[in-house]
Amino acid sequence: MSKQSDNNYISTGSEWSFELIEKYDEEIAKIAKEYKLDTYQNQIEIISSEQMLDAYSSVGMPLGYHHWSFGKQFLNSEQNYKRGQMGLAYEIVINSDPCIAYLMEENTMMMQALVVAHAAYGHNSFFKGNYLFKTWTDASAIIDYLLFAKNYISKCEERHGIDEVEKILDSCHALMNYGVDRYKRPAPISAEEESKRQKERELHMQQQVNELWRTIPVNPENECETSHARFPDEPQENLLYFIEKNAPLLEPWQREVIRIVRKIAQYFYPQRQTQVMNEGWATFWHYTIMNTLYDRKLVDEGFIMEFLTSHTAVVYQPPYDSKWFNGINPYTLGFSMYQDLRRMCESPTDEDKYWFPDIAGSDWLETLDFAMRNFKDESFILQYLSPKVIRDLKLFSIKDDDQVEHYQITGIHNENGYRYVREQLSLQYNLSMKEPNIQVWDVDLRGDRSLSLRHIPNQRDPLAGSTENVLKHVHRLWGFDVHLYSVDDNETIAEFHCPPLKTEEPEDQN
Amino acid sequence: MGLTHIIDRRLNGKNKSAVNRERFLRRYRQHIKKAVSDAVGKRSITDIERGESISIPGKDLDEPTFRSGQGGVRETVNPGNKEFSTGDQVARPPDGEGGQGSGQGEASDSGEGIDEFVFQISQEEFLDFMFEDLELPNLVKKQLKDTTSFKYQRAGFSNQGNPAKINVVRSLQKAYGRRLALTGKKRESIKTLELKLMNLESSPEDYTKEIRALKLKIEEFKKRIKKIPWIDEFDLKFNQHIKIPLPSTSAVMFCLMDVSGSMSQMHKDIAKRFYILLYLFLKRNYKKIDVVFIRHHTSAKEVDEEEFFYSRETGGTIVSSALKLMNDIIKQRYPSSDWNIYAAQASDGDNWNDDSPLCSKLLSEDILPQVQYYAYIEITKLEHQSLWHEYESLNPDFPESFAIQNISDESEIYPVFRELFSRKVSHHE
Repeated sequence: MSKQSDNNYISTGSEWSFELIEKYDEEIAKIAKEYKLDTYQNQIEIISSEQMLDAYSSVGMPLGYHHWSFGKQFLNSEQNYKRGQMGLAYEIVINSDPCIAYLMEENTMMMQALVVAHAAYGHNSFFKGNYLFKTWTDASAIIDYLLFAKNYISKCEERHGIDEVEKILDSCHALMNYGVDRYKRPAPISAEEESKRQKERELHMQQQVNELWRTIPVNPENECETSHARFPDEPQENLLYFIEKNAPLLEPWQREVIRIVRKIAQYFYPQRQTQVMNEGWATFWHYTIMNTLYDRKLVDEGFIMEFLTSHTAVVYQPPYDSKWFNGINPYTLGFSMYQDLRRMCESPTDEDKYWFPDIAGSDWLETLDFAMRNFKDESFILQYLSPKVIRDLKLFSIKDDDQVEHYQITGIHNENGYRYVREQLSLQYNLSMKEPNIQVWDVDLRGDRSLSLRHIPNQRDPLAGSTENVLKHVHRLWGFDVHLYSVDDNETIAEFHCPPLKTEEPEDQN
Repeated sequence: MGLTHIIDRRLNGKNKSAVNRERFLRRYRQHIKKAVSDAVGKRSITDIERGESISIPGKDLDEPTFRSGQGGVRETVNPGNKEFSTGDQVARPPDGEGGQGSGQGEASDSGEGIDEFVFQISQEEFLDFMFEDLELPNLVKKQLKDTTSFKYQRAGFSNQGNPAKINVVRSLQKAYGRRLALTGKKRESIKTLELKLMNLESSPEDYTKEIRALKLKIEEFKKRIKKIPWIDEFDLKFNQHIKIPLPSTSAVMFCLMDVSGSMSQMHKDIAKRFYILLYLFLKRNYKKIDVVFIRHHTSAKEVDEEEFFYSRETGGTIVSSALKLMNDIIKQRYPSSDWNIYAAQASDGDNWNDDSPLCSKLLSEDILPQVQYYAYIEITKLEHQSLWHEYESLNPDFPESFAIQNISDESEIYPVFRELFSRKVSHHE
């Protein structure tokens, strides 16, 4: 077909076909191999835009249980999409083995190739290599587990009614971010095991709960009031786990539903901790791979121009005062950091040698691979954010102290500020700083069985107005009174109760 | 790593979210119903057949989580510095709600959430919500119980039946299959014999005897194959039909309207919307609906829709003429044993005084006993006249099938419609 012999374009023009996708995938796989990307097997699925909308609203789960909130999400995306306020994400990728990546049928050939590089090789290798994913998720089991969860929940709906199940799910969702173990390694999930042992577990769990509560009245008088031993003896950060195991009144199926939400939260936890790293990594690789395709004359000018347009849009970072500003774009930050790492390896400056003596001039593939494997956003930024990237993005930190009249600029992109800005940005990605620190503090075992939670403010930040509503959900799950105390330096600065305390107004005789 | 699998999922269902969407609608039923009912009040009824954009206050569908509120010390890193140096003091934006402070990009941490949640429901859903609590009185009456008609429905194939119902394709298929099965062995034998024959014939030696024997054998087999009937009695397949009772699903709707000089176009428009609503409603309950338009001043006439609504007349009013005509038409074309009869009469209340008692009599003796429902709407802001009072006195005798309502302007059409057709709780429980 081609007149010139010095090119071997895989395709020209924007129409895609299955054969072409296959050819592109072959070439991309070759390149990825040369760059030593280690991936799960790929499964690329072509879907329509309606299906993409569907995939969207189930928070990326390829199959999920039914819940109104997913419907809300769906209606919302649909509305935005129809009004043209939102383009559809050009890719969704599932952390599973095989790794499932969705391509939309409306995409051009270039877009399909871009998504293959980005998702099927970028994200995929990240899922397989990053330590958080390796520790916390089991890619080979997730699909089966989701199927188990879906079936279990619809069975519950048949047996107990949609409303009852919906209530429990509502409450679990409210606490979903507090349903993860941050430090312990959970047992790997296996759907088969799950359903096999589910019955057995039901019995067992109930028994344990009963055990806990049975011992209460039996407790001898001698070691009571004075040494009121707290239960749990250590504060617990995983609220859902604690409730699942200890709430007095829950029925076994309700405990199982809590467990399902918890497991799913845990599965997504690494994604929340590695947004910058993960998106940056995938973006870095689609950029590198697409350019390699071009260098090898496998794609034409038109292709690479179209690619660059799209890539530039993805990594655009609006400045803080732009009306488009919506926080730091993780694609931009991550991409810039990996790009800069490579630059430091390949053509280090004196500054690089001073700041990153181990990296400057090292093998870029190894350095990037190490960086991808062993960090999460917080530590990745702390370790690798270079002065150059800080300058390029013109990062500055600003302090808002409600006891001071003005905002204060605490650091900018200059010699004095690099370290400070880097630390601050790292903190910003620390999930435990982003979410209020709330733990299970105590259960009144002998008395009214009330549950006390403790909030430890970070730099005096108070809890938002939604707190009371969340407590209602905790109360629904726990079944008895729930108290939440904000305690700063041993001093209670705020408290919330559900049901609300009635101490103020003594006129409840009527 | 193995080869990449590329799968075309486009043909898989696209409505994975349908259940979740349905759950959402279920949960916010009350909100949506209210929005629909507001929309019906505002919108012209002639374009009732489209979807609607529903909006629910964001705070009602908030999913609360523990979050930090305003206050305390917050430090954020932002991109795109232009003029700031370390140590600069920057004036707090008014309201504490400025763009720069909350670099997290989290949607609205002020607690209130997005103000309105907007989404679309389809025309189908719109009508469902609109008609949800409505049920035509006495609808039960003509249902399954007293079905008088049947229809035939295909129900597979059977081995017996009358010749007219032979299914040729099926029968021949069966025969062919049987022939194949019964001749298989023989055909195979023929094949091997023929092979042998060929060998013998082509061999240089003389096998004439053997050849003859073989030929006879082959002949024999061929005969036996021929004996197998080409089509046999038990090959025959018949289309089977079963008789299923047909609920009486036809309704006739009579639209009666006064077109005398006192009825302005405004009156007619209101009446028209009422009819359309009734028609839409019947359409959801019956497969087949006939509409009969009867207009009257001093005399009544059956007309087509166009003439019914838009041609002008003058003169006095004798309502009974229309009722008489309706009664005749029922007798001739719509016997109440076969038809669910609905009627809606619209008028401004004017009638020749001596005629009103006659109307009352016609209704109570001839018409009301035959109809499912008769609604009289009077479109007026003035005092009621004799017709209203006569009708009003009829009401207690036919509580199930007769209703009168007064409409004074457009926005009242829907509420009145609802009122007229609202489910009669006592009747059901």
